[in-house]
Amino acid sequence: MELLESLFPAGMEHYIIGGLFIGAGVSFLYVVTGLVGGMSSLYSAAWSYCSSIAFFQKESHVKSRNWRLVYAAGLILGAFIWLTFSGSQMPITNVSTEQLLLGGFIAGFGARYGNGCTSGHGICGMASLSVPSILAVVVFLGAGMATAQLVASLG
Amino acid sequence: MNTAIYWIAILVSGALFGFGLAFSTMLQPEVVLSFLRFEDFGLFLVLGGATGLTMVFYQLAPGILKKPLLVEKFSSKPPEGLKKTLVGAAIFGIGWGLCGVCPGPAIAGIGAGNWPVMYALIAMFAGAYVQGRWFSGN
Repeated sequence: MELLESLFPAGMEHYIIGGLFIGAGVSFLYVVTGLVGGMSSLYSAAWSYCSSIAFFQKESHVKSRNWRLVYAAGLILGAFIWLTFSGSQMPITNVSTEQLLLGGFIAGFGARYGNGCTSGHGICGMASLSVPSILAVVVFLGAGMATAQLVASLG
Repeated sequence: MNTAIYWIAILVSGALFGFGLAFSTMLQPEVVLSFLRFEDFGLFLVLGGATGLTMVFYQLAPGILKKPLLVEKFSSKPPEGLKKTLVGAAIFGIGWGLCGVCPGPAIAGIGAGNWPVMYALIAMFAGAYVQGRWFSGN
């Protein structure tokens, strides 16, 4: 028990239940509509609404942009429902604006270059038993851990 | 496929996802960064719970249902080159480790009112633009 408390000082229940809700969303999407619900593709597909560049106008982006946008609206709605009914406060992040801008830019670039993120390779790819996705998860976990610990040690 | 129920199903799926992200505190970059610094391994439970449940449906649904409830066939993620996938994953991991925000929580953060996360959201769209415009390799 002490080991569990040291690994999960904030408790385990909310992580597991939250994860199951996420899995329920991705599973429901697949069973009802057959769609694979990673999030990062939206970041390319949405550019097809306003950019004439061939890459953004390719069929996979134009055909998927509407459902991806509705799915994203659902994400916002779900978080809003949690905020409204849980009685919890959302702690506003203290991560610096510079870190959010630089980290966000690099993460957005990398997620699209590698065609997937924590949900696309993480949840959907691993659930499909895709070997490239499983390797991608190992790589981004390693890179993320190294970066976060380097930043922390630099203070 | 443009029936109302199709779009409502997509919205409900996203809402379950967003609710789960908020419930599991994944909308707080601090929690993600504490995971990456080995201070709290909760993110493994979130990812494991989500992936485990999804795996059951991804593996069993096509055999049992033959086709999704509202459309004619199940989609699959198109295969990509391994090298490009892993290089992208490494770059993504560096950015993720800097800011503690992934593409999903960047969007869901709006609904929970974690406003500064919108800087990361806007920057992600910019990063995706640069990738598509100059580094899409076609």
